[in-house]
Amino acid sequence: MKKIYTRPNALKDTHFHYCPGCGHGIINRIIAEVIDELGLRGKAICVAPAGCGMLIYNYLDIDTLESAHGRGAAVATGIKRVLPENLIFSYQGDGDLAAIGTAEGFHAANRGELITVIFVNNGVYGMTGGQMAPTTLKEQITTTTPSGRNPVNAGYPVKVCEVFSVLDGTSYLERVAVSSPANIKKTKKAIIKAFQHQLNRTGFSLVEILSPCPTNWKMSPLEAFKWIDEVMTKQFPLGVIKEVK
Amino acid sequence: MIEIKIDQERCKGCSLCVEFCPKKALFISEKLNMKGYFVAAFDEKKECTGCISCVLVCPDVAIEVYKN
Ligand SMILES: Cc1ncc(C[n+]2csc(CCOP(=O)(O)OP(=O)(O)O)c2C)c(N)n1
Repeated sequence: MKKIYTRPNALKDTHFHYCPGCGHGIINRIIAEVIDELGLRGKAICVAPAGCGMLIYNYLDIDTLESAHGRGAAVATGIKRVLPENLIFSYQGDGDLAAIGTAEGFHAANRGELITVIFVNNGVYGMTGGQMAPTTLKEQITTTTPSGRNPVNAGYPVKVCEVFSVLDGTSYLERVAVSSPANIKKTKKAIIKAFQHQLNRTGFSLVEILSPCPTNWKMSPLEAFKWIDEVMTKQFPLGVIKEVK
Repeated sequence: MIEIKIDQERCKGCSLCVEFCPKKALFISEKLNMKGYFVAAFDEKKECTGCISCVLVCPDVAIEVYKN
């Protein structure tokens, strides 16, 4: 029997704790595939966040360090400076990177730290029950914006890639989505690209991934996929935002 | 022939594989797993092209694909 697809080696046997239809599982799998394909098993080190993605150390079969909420890019900076030959990436949610961790992410990007941030944008604070995040869409209903996010008092959705693109230290920034087989393939290519920028020592790299949270969006998994394509991408356009050759 | 293997204990019945299969060869079965979900299954009578769309969208990495 010839294999067409089998589970990646860099993924442990452990079952994911994620809710049905959650994008974190898809993204964890893609990272594991990239680690296998680029032969980074002994070289890649992950920095885990606070948030739904925190148990990634139970899933990826590589060295992983847990960071305090939002501090992923700072912890990754430390590891990279001590182990410059290793590939260091942080895995961070939008509450993590774009709210409590704004300073750490922004300044790591500005210093051009040779790290990669995998930024999972699901538009809410998932783990704590679906509160508004800085990335919540205008009009989006969450537990803390029950009548929809009103920019007059709650501000606008933060576009992390666009903000980071004006910083000279950044070399690769792309926004992708895990919302269809085609988009999922693009997500994998984007992560490979970002890792290559780090391995080539070009600068700071970040892949922002629009990711479904059916539980907190109160949608079925299919509705959540469609909502990304039809609604979320209107406020968060997909594509390469910056690439330094 | 293509063979789809679904790890029924990993599956959470989210239906994404069912929705994205271009050949409509997957369905949610009557089988309940240990986690309490009705799990996805492959309809042997349907044709599978091995496009792996089901694999790509599966959030639980529950699907493996083989060719006989
Ligand atoms: C210093 C600190 N403040 C607050 C929390 C509580 N907390 C845990 S997860 C989380 C939000 C996570 O949201 P996000 O980063 O968007 O990730 P998601 O769960 O949506 O994947 C918060 C506020 C914490 N763990 N540590």
